[in-house]
Amino acid sequence: MRAQATDSVTVAMTVNGVSCSRTVSARTTLADFLREELELTGTKLGCEHGVCGACTVLIDGASARSCLTLAAQADGREVTTVEGLSEGRELNRLQASFRDHYGLQCGFCTAGFLVTATELLASGEAVDEARVREVLGGNLCRCTGYETIVAAVLDAADAGQGVRR
Amino acid sequence: MKFAPFKYLAPESTDEAVAVLGELGEDAKVLAGGQSLLTLMSLRVAQPEVLVDVGRAGLGGVGSGDALEIGATTTQNEALRDLSVRERAPLMSRALLDVAHHTLRNRGTVGGSVAHADPAAELPAVLVALGGEVVARGPAGTRTIGADDFFISHYTTALEESELLTAIRVPGPAPDAWAFYEVARRHGDFAQVGVAASFSVDRDDRVASARLVLFAVDERPLRIAVAEEALVGRRLDDAEARAEAAERCAEAIEPVGDLHGSPDHRRRIARGAVRRALEGVVRETG
Repeated sequence: MRAQATDSVTVAMTVNGVSCSRTVSARTTLADFLREELELTGTKLGCEHGVCGACTVLIDGASARSCLTLAAQADGREVTTVEGLSEGRELNRLQASFRDHYGLQCGFCTAGFLVTATELLASGEAVDEARVREVLGGNLCRCTGYETIVAAVLDAADAGQGVRR
Repeated sequence: MKFAPFKYLAPESTDEAVAVLGELGEDAKVLAGGQSLLTLMSLRVAQPEVLVDVGRAGLGGVGSGDALEIGATTTQNEALRDLSVRERAPLMSRALLDVAHHTLRNRGTVGGSVAHADPAAELPAVLVALGGEVVARGPAGTRTIGADDFFISHYTTALEESELLTAIRVPGPAPDAWAFYEVARRHGDFAQVGVAASFSVDRDDRVASARLVLFAVDERPLRIAVAEEALVGRRLDDAEARAEAAERCAEAIEPVGDLHGSPDHRRRIARGAVRRALEGVVRETG
């Protein structure tokens, strides 16, 4: 039998290593699913139409705007939010680097930057400043002027797989 | 803001997706990556009754036979990384770098961009510049539509209500030469003026045929025949020919003014963009 169009959807996904399932309105974005159903409020909603990048999460390891993704589209996928980045109660290397370089002020955009940079560092490619700026180009920060964020990511990359000079 | 309420379903095969679209007709909107559609819905510019999510309908992947065939739900980043796209359609690989930002390309699809037909988008212009075609399936079967006939106006294509874009095709080997140049306020923004072109070149290194397309200057990607004619029979390193083509483009277009610039300003940018595109023309060896 063919599937019918429905007002609500039951979605199951793994978020930060934990399986979860909820029945939600079809119009629920992944961002609202994470924040309201799972109470993972580390993911921020800035513009809510894909421009600012604050809501960026990883879906199967690839960065995605959670405000431009339906919860239903993440059904069966593995989602990682900023809450999933730390190592136990310790900041991971990238997070510590943001702290060390003052890569945040108000912090509203930070989850998005961390997640986007996580994908870049996990790709294993040797990065340089231009590449970092290109990949982070879709994330807006109104406090730092970006210099400290780029420095934090480069430093974390340097401690990892290396920086192309 | 939040989307207006809608009903949702995600067909698990292309057959099912086509059948569902046939039944729902104009109430349904196809959702692929959602990077354009969900933006419009979040502004409530679009309020579809039903979203048919084709993300699970088996439409992804790149095939390389007589023609390069890119499945509709292949993401823009998958296409960007794909070696057969790079080999067969290097113009597309280059243009993809200017499609939005990395994170949006992770979800945005090739077919979605083509079907959405934003006049300032890169992929529709590239498809026209490469002489490509669109494969569509509907209740009456499958048909192919040449890119020249596919793009009609702003967000308007030759697709029927119940038709699903299943793939795009680019024929033949890579063009002998190609060019791409885009002017945008910031990297990742939609173009103010963009140029995509492909050329075949004869043994004396003269242009045998040209497809020169401007985008973001009209309601659809626009081939500028008078500029193509200015290049045919001449060499691509002929600065005079390039300047003439650029001038003809600036004269041929009728851009509208908006908050990013007046018609005159756009014309000037177009002249410069064509000149720079042609200065940066890439010759394929082999």
